[in-house]
Amino acid sequence: MLGKLTFDALPFYSWVAMGGAAITVLAVVLAILAVTWLGKWRYLWSEWFTSLDHKRIGVMYIILALIMLVRGFIDAIMMRAQQAIALNEGGYLPPEHFEQIFTSHGTIMIFFMAMPFLTGLINVIVPQQLGTRDVAFPFMNSASLWLTAAGAGLVGISLVLGRFSTAGWTGYPPYSGIDYSPGVGVDYWIWALLVSGVGSTLTGINFITTILRCRAPGMELMKMPLFVWTAFCTSILMAFAFPALTVAAGLLGLDRTLGMHFFTNDLGGNMMNFANLLWIWGHPEVYILILPAFGIYSEVTATFSKKRLFGYRSLVYATAAIALLSFTVWLHHFFTMGSSPNINAVFGVATMIIAVPTGVKIFDWLFTMIRGRIVFHPSMLFTIGFIVTFVIGGITGVLLAIPPVDYLVHNTTFLVAHFHNMLIPGALFGYFAGVQYWFPKAFGFKLNQFWGKMVFCFWIVGFYLAFMPLYALGLLGMPRRLEQYTEPDWQPFLIVAAIGASFVLVGIFSVFMQFYISIRERNLNRDLTGDPWDGRTLEWATSSPPAPYNFAVIPEVNDIDAFWAMKQKGKAFLCHQHYDPIIMPKNTSAGVLVGLFGFLLGFACVWHIWWLALAGVFGLVVVITVRSSQEHSDKVITAQEIRETEQKRQAVLLSADKTVNNGSLV
Amino acid sequence: MKSAGVICLSKWLINILTIALLTSCSMQSSPILFPKGPVTETERELLFLAVLIMLSVLVPVYLLTFWACWRYRASKNNCYRPQWHKDWRVELFIWAGPVIIIGIIGYLVVVYTYRLDPYRSLDNRANIFRVQVVAQNWKWLFIYPDQGVSVVNELAFPSHRPLSLEITSDTVLTSFMIPALGGQIYAMAGMKTRLNLESYKPGHFIGRNTQFSGRGFPKMAFDVYAMSPADFSQWLEKVKGAKKVLDVQQYQQLISSEKGHPVEYFSAVEPELFNRIIAKYTGKGRPLPLLKPDNLE
Ligand code: HEM
Ligand SMILES: [Cu+2]
Repeated sequence: MLGKLTFDALPFYSWVAMGGAAITVLAVVLAILAVTWLGKWRYLWSEWFTSLDHKRIGVMYIILALIMLVRGFIDAIMMRAQQAIALNEGGYLPPEHFEQIFTSHGTIMIFFMAMPFLTGLINVIVPQQLGTRDVAFPFMNSASLWLTAAGAGLVGISLVLGRFSTAGWTGYPPYSGIDYSPGVGVDYWIWALLVSGVGSTLTGINFITTILRCRAPGMELMKMPLFVWTAFCTSILMAFAFPALTVAAGLLGLDRTLGMHFFTNDLGGNMMNFANLLWIWGHPEVYILILPAFGIYSEVTATFSKKRLFGYRSLVYATAAIALLSFTVWLHHFFTMGSSPNINAVFGVATMIIAVPTGVKIFDWLFTMIRGRIVFHPSMLFTIGFIVTFVIGGITGVLLAIPPVDYLVHNTTFLVAHFHNMLIPGALFGYFAGVQYWFPKAFGFKLNQFWGKMVFCFWIVGFYLAFMPLYALGLLGMPRRLEQYTEPDWQPFLIVAAIGASFVLVGIFSVFMQFYISIRERNLNRDLTGDPWDGRTLEWATSSPPAPYNFAVIPEVNDIDAFWAMKQKGKAFLCHQHYDPIIMPKNTSAGVLVGLFGFLLGFACVWHIWWLALAGVFGLVVVITVRSSQEHSDKVITAQEIRETEQKRQAVLLSADKTVNNGSLV
Repeated sequence: MKSAGVICLSKWLINILTIALLTSCSMQSSPILFPKGPVTETERELLFLAVLIMLSVLVPVYLLTFWACWRYRASKNNCYRPQWHKDWRVELFIWAGPVIIIGIIGYLVVVYTYRLDPYRSLDNRANIFRVQVVAQNWKWLFIYPDQGVSVVNELAFPSHRPLSLEITSDTVLTSFMIPALGGQIYAMAGMKTRLNLESYKPGHFIGRNTQFSGRGFPKMAFDVYAMSPADFSQWLEKVKGAKKVLDVQQYQQLISSEKGHPVEYFSAVEPELFNRIIAKYTGKGRPLPLLKPDNLE
């Protein structure tokens, strides 16, 4: 009845496992109690969980990302503590825990922290920057969110029932095959990736369509804001790269569950095929993570330098070039498999070519700052911190792309330092900058800047302390994923790295402190105009927070910085005499149900509970069919309602000393 | 704004601190920065060369960033040109700069990738010293086909002859590396990879697996001794004196998982053992019997 699920799955085998399970269960129970006590279930359900509003979906993505950031960071600091003391068996974590921790840290940070974070930012902002009211497929958007959450849920529940994978976030076979890893851990990893991967693919499709088909009139491709361009390239990468991951994880699942031999040692399997498939997804994935951050840096630099973006065309072509090239370099992740020098040289050079458009971007941002009027808003600090730190990561990246150098430092902490160098100051700082920048748009009040600067200071200092020593350790020959060691020379570096991680801890604390303080002082920091930073792109034309339909009247675009141009011409805050009714999708619980059935399907396949798996598939088919064939899935917002909302907005604008132009005059 | 200056300053301080730390702590023990053989030495040369070339990007970017932050800060109201957003000379410079640098490094990549091909033999057939390497859980088996002996977790060779290794795995994917002598290469079941290394003079180094392979992974290291000819013959005598034979039966016992297996000598080896281990997974030739793999989790 319950497949492989027995009492042995409960975490009573060690204190670490019990602790993890207890904290997870406690956190969930506390969250449920808190919502119940506040009486907010109905509100959460009808206003948020079932919402098809792209802004709310975006916010939920970001909340998921922040929760998973905390979870992933707990893993990180546990590893740092272990390695700081693990000289000669001095650690506190037994190997089987350390292994689960580095695997869950990597998996969570990539799939359930970074991916939801960037997807959330894209969701909140891109439709507004396009001057449109919604994404192309609102229901699919909600389904993607809940599938991502379902994947995160599978990783979460593995703390309580069974164990997580020990095979690293890359899950290389044959180690991850059923012969060498017979437990359920790898299955959790596979199903978390499969379920959330479908969500990511759908998100990609959704935003490709939205960006190609739903732009405001006049917004040619070459007039799209840079964040839209990067979101567009990221979406293309998502739609084309994630299927490779789905295939890789799926075939590994077939090996494990049905005894097939795609990647086994014997009977014709070949683990390097897995490595190929994984990295055909994996390399584009790193650009999926970083391109939206590049877009954010572009927006922030232009806004806070009070200047038009330098070299817009260069930036667009560089972005597109990066996106294309990212599919041509995957082999650099296994230069050491013994391929011929022809192959290694070709992939080495191909990899380096990507450094060219990336370098161009850095210079374009710098030249945007030059001759501007730079305001050091926290988001700008993140951008500057990004520029100076990212070049170090870029340099070590080029080093790793030189095959003979890679032979020396592959699989060492040098590599760990390199990719954190790209992921933290590169991607994560961008997302943080995005939060600092766009928070008022989503919530109607500004974030406290002092705590924003604290976030920045602690993260950047923490980053340098935690990861620069790892470069040195790599040169000392320390392999990654090491639970203990016998070289006394390594320990001082690892202690510094642990100190760095505690700085990051304060940085994470500051993130939440900033939210807390800002919410408490929200009445002091209201954004009445919808344009708190004197912005340049269309998202600043809406009110903060925007009306459900974003724009009562779809704007006309005839410039790159559309909103800036409107302000210059005095056409920014138009008041219209006439409003047309707007059709918006109704809320639906179908998205949540898709996520729920996805979760059940994954969980059932992990534990071989086949009836439940069938039920999950059946549920998915029914929910999607019913929702897709519904006649009345839309609601109409009447002209009267719109007029009332807009009049309120105009009153607020007037109170904020903005002149509101009468639309009929223009 | 003041805080930006403070932050820039603190970042520099951290950079300097890190560098001080690097030089004061014992980087001396770095097998990569202080190589013991020509392969690592050439690889290091390439590493330094590439770093130097790229410093020519790093330094201007740093100078430009801090200069721009300082000179164009809003409080100073300096030369504000909000419409300055394109300039073909600047564009030329920012595209050409990276292209040239990557061009140079790309050229180095091609040249050195061929020169440092791990499969390339470092001497003629007669002079190379052959060893066959098998990755197991969690130890390394070295088979000396020309001497007819075999050793667990210890690799000795005469330092005046280049080492030519054939590598396979009798377990999961692992990666063989002796950083002081050269880069790494994967060991994969059913496949054979090669690695050619050389030591300048007699010495003791550490070799290890760098690819995570389960619970015993941290202990999957071994001692490497490059020996003078006299020392090596003595060592060989010692191994031959062990009077243990690595036949099929003994081999099947050896591969059961262990952490930190002690050094063990076998004075004789089953002929063709290495190829028969590979054959276990390819099914070609005369395979050894396939055992049920161990749970490594
Ligand atoms: C917040 C500070 C962070 C710290 C202190 C930290 C620390 C660590 C440590 C100690 C490891 C294991 C290194 C080893 O194998 O020896 C690791 C691995 C990893 N980290 Fe982080 N990390 C942090 C943030 C991040 C972020 C933001 C991401 C991604 C967006 C990330 C992605 C990864 C990945 C993919 C791995 C590889 C896991 C594996 O080996 O399978 N980390 N990190
Ligand atoms: Cu890559």
